[in-house]
Amino acid sequence: MESVLELRGITKRFPGVLANDQISIDLRKGEIHALLGENGAGKTTLMNILYGLYKPDEGEIVVKGQKLDVSSPRDAINAGVGMVHQHFMLVPVFTVTENVMLGDEYLLPGGFLDRKKAARRIMEISEQYNLAVEPGAFIRDLPVGIQQRVEIIKLLFRNADILILDEPTAVLTPREVDELFKIMQKLVEQGKSIIFITHKLREVMEFADRITVIRGGKVVGTTTPGVTNQVQLASMMVGRQIELNIKKDLAKPGEVVLEVNDIKVLNARHQIAVDHVSFEVRAGEVLGIAGVQGNGQTELVRALTGLTHPVNGKISLLGSNITHANAKKIKELGTAHIPEDRQKDGLVLPYSIEDNLILNTWYESPYAKRHILQRDVILDHANSLVEKFDIRTPNALTATSSLSGGNQQKVIVAREFSRPIRMLVASQPTRGLDVGSIEYIHQRIIEKRDQGCAVLLVSTELDEVMQLSDRIAVMYRGQILAVVDAKTTTREEIGLLMAGVVPAGS
Amino acid sequence: MAQTTSTILRPADYISPTRRTVMGAVFLVMALCIWLIFSLSIVTDAKTTFVLVPGGSKVLIADLVFMSKPVLDILAFICAALGVYQLAKGFGRYTNTILGVVAAFFIVAFLTWGSSGTSLNLAGLLKVAVVRAVPLTLGAFSGIFCERAGVFNIAIEGMMLMAAFSSALFGSLVNPFFGLLTAVISGVLLAYVLAVLSIKYKVNQIISGTVINIFATGITSFLSAKFLQKYSALNDSGRFGTWDVPGLSQIPFIGPVFFSHNMFIYAMFIFTILLTILFFYTRWGLRTRAVGEHPKAADTLGINVIKTRYISVMLGGAMAGFAGAYFVLGSVGRFDEVMTAGRGFVGLAAMIFGNWNPIGALGAGMLFGFADSLASKLAILKVPIPNKFLEMAPYLVTMIVLAGVVGRGQPPAAGGQPYEKE
Ligand SMILES: Nc1ncnc2c1ncn2[C@@H]1O[C@H](COP(=O)(O)OP(=O)(O)O)[C@@H](O)[C@H]1O
Ligand SMILES: [Mg+2]
Repeated sequence: MESVLELRGITKRFPGVLANDQISIDLRKGEIHALLGENGAGKTTLMNILYGLYKPDEGEIVVKGQKLDVSSPRDAINAGVGMVHQHFMLVPVFTVTENVMLGDEYLLPGGFLDRKKAARRIMEISEQYNLAVEPGAFIRDLPVGIQQRVEIIKLLFRNADILILDEPTAVLTPREVDELFKIMQKLVEQGKSIIFITHKLREVMEFADRITVIRGGKVVGTTTPGVTNQVQLASMMVGRQIELNIKKDLAKPGEVVLEVNDIKVLNARHQIAVDHVSFEVRAGEVLGIAGVQGNGQTELVRALTGLTHPVNGKISLLGSNITHANAKKIKELGTAHIPEDRQKDGLVLPYSIEDNLILNTWYESPYAKRHILQRDVILDHANSLVEKFDIRTPNALTATSSLSGGNQQKVIVAREFSRPIRMLVASQPTRGLDVGSIEYIHQRIIEKRDQGCAVLLVSTELDEVMQLSDRIAVMYRGQILAVVDAKTTTREEIGLLMAGVVPAGS
Repeated sequence: MAQTTSTILRPADYISPTRRTVMGAVFLVMALCIWLIFSLSIVTDAKTTFVLVPGGSKVLIADLVFMSKPVLDILAFICAALGVYQLAKGFGRYTNTILGVVAAFFIVAFLTWGSSGTSLNLAGLLKVAVVRAVPLTLGAFSGIFCERAGVFNIAIEGMMLMAAFSSALFGSLVNPFFGLLTAVISGVLLAYVLAVLSIKYKVNQIISGTVINIFATGITSFLSAKFLQKYSALNDSGRFGTWDVPGLSQIPFIGPVFFSHNMFIYAMFIFTILLTILFFYTRWGLRTRAVGEHPKAADTLGINVIKTRYISVMLGGAMAGFAGAYFVLGSVGRFDEVMTAGRGFVGLAAMIFGNWNPIGALGAGMLFGFADSLASKLAILKVPIPNKFLEMAPYLVTMIVLAGVVGRGQPPAAGGQPYEKE
């Protein structure tokens, strides 16, 4: 089959990182070619080079048989290459029409924008490819699933026939993912070719025609779903044999540790983010909170950890009312918190590992005596944790800003797990981490559970929630739609709940 | 795809309960002020006279004469009623509109009280308000050009000052038209410096703006003291004359207030329309706003972020230059040291109050201009408030507005952030 696109020997260096190392891949007409690789493997960098956002240090790009010199996105667009970026490139205060036509506007005589004509074209595209959108709607009012359609329409509006989708499924519910794949199918039927980037094995096995695995900036190999399997792909991706399923014993739930009673929490814009939520977490069990990003999980966690307070309802921890307690009080009652944004809320990045490890205990003995920090004790403490939690660093005095994401997360885990805790609130504990670190952190969480700690796990990764949890609560638009038993539920049931569909009879 | 949404829908215009109560209280306090301070302090049969013909105008209309006390009592009653309703149920999304109404009533009450037993030239007051609005509104337009593209411009003050200086000097040497041209050019030159510092060298934009302000103040003061104040031939530019709009200027009251001015005032209105069209109905406007909101998105669509920003900032400079020329060519006909007196900053406030929108900026400029005009007018009336306090009025209004009494606007999201490609 003919190649519409070839990347030959692409190399890209960033200061201190070889992001792409002699990468060569080709894309055939009408295929879905998956680029599979861990976070940081270099997938986005490669696509940004193809799209003209970055300049490669070496290598060449051939589109439809012609060598192409892309020095700006304009060159890529003209060559028929379009890209949906991992972080959407939409102006929130513009309408769908304005976003789609931006850069390739339809004009009336006199240089005025022809919004009507553009809207008509958008409707045509939307009918041809089943991409329902409302041209006059403002982006900021649209859910991410629809925003993604707008991004795809942007490409089709420019007549792109090579479509790059960078981690398009990361922000979608399982059901929206299925819809996206139907759209992709329709696109390739009509002669488009798609590069589909992901780090999820299930997706490439189900939907790709060919799969190229990238690790550490290098191509590991190209294969097809017919001849490979998830375990093999995983080891190609990570570079060693890994355990896809974590081993854990049955939970032995004890007394109620955290009790949340009918709470209502507002977000920063004073909108209701958590809407009359109640649940309890017992000692020795993991309660998973599943849900698509932005359904109130962030605000729920902030309320549980004292970073904000509910306007309604009651939260109790081990019998004490913590509804209006501050973060310090809640911590002192034995709560550990792994925050969603580790760099912003979990660490003081410019501080050393040593200091980050005592961020919430620095005033306690033995780290401080009469307001004076005991540096020797603190350093000993840090050294032992660096060893125990396998934090890869030159030494404990290194600034956490220079650690990799996985090791930064280990610093947080080390800090939170090394004091006596009764309750663990872990929010997106493995987001953006490599498979090795994920495995490690999962084991540690299960270990805590088995020691009798109550665990609340908030994650938008369905696989993670299903693997670790004993019970799963699904959040949708600020409410908990259902709490299900992890042993008996299915991906499909949770996927539907995440999309707001409550099965009949429950 | 099924219509599943994953975000929580936002209520259209959320007014927090605190804000609702505070606003209600504000309305009530205003009502009380009107009643206790204004109404109770004047004699029962006092009359207020509003003159509706500005000084010097030949378009005549009879004075407006009415009994002061009943009018004040009625105004107080309406404000109180609005306050009670606000506390009880709330006006929701119309809260700000009602706030505007109550504020307007308060001002009318204040004027009625201040001129009870005597007369106030209302037409003159408004006419001066329009004139005073010019540098503020044009300054705000300068800010809109820059900030819509994502560059903070706090150097409007300095650009206006420099432009005022050039227009005086070259207006005297050649003619006012050449003076105007050089004013615009000097605005553009300073804007270029701002652009290079903040776009190319990514200097903090507040710092680069401040540097330009200091530079402009220093150099104009120095050159003015050294030359302009010594040789009066260098500081006698003349002014643009008044031009009555045919027809319109003959409408009683409205005509003299709005349609009997020099070209700077008309330019303010014309620019309001032009900028609105430019920003919201043309390709250039769409791209510029995109660059100010989400430069990366614009970049991925092949729009040159850097170039767009340069152009916008320099257009902003041209606008500031034009505004600066007003101080000399549209007003006093000569340059005085630091004659802009903070108007550039008030212009920025007008931009913010006007929500980065040309029409909004015009409204805000008019409001501030009115406060300005009122301050100078009241000095003549026998209002028992010290003069210096009255002079604070425009700045006080600015501060109250900026403190968020009217709620927050929506600034361009990428404002002040230099764009980095990789
Ligand atoms: N603009 C940049 N500057 C420096 N390093 C970068 C930049 N972009 C990416 N990198 C580095 O390049 C590597 C590959 O990143 P990326 O292409 O984003 O990976 P992926 O998309 O596969 O997760 C990472 O180590 C990342 O830190
Ligand atoms: Mg990526």
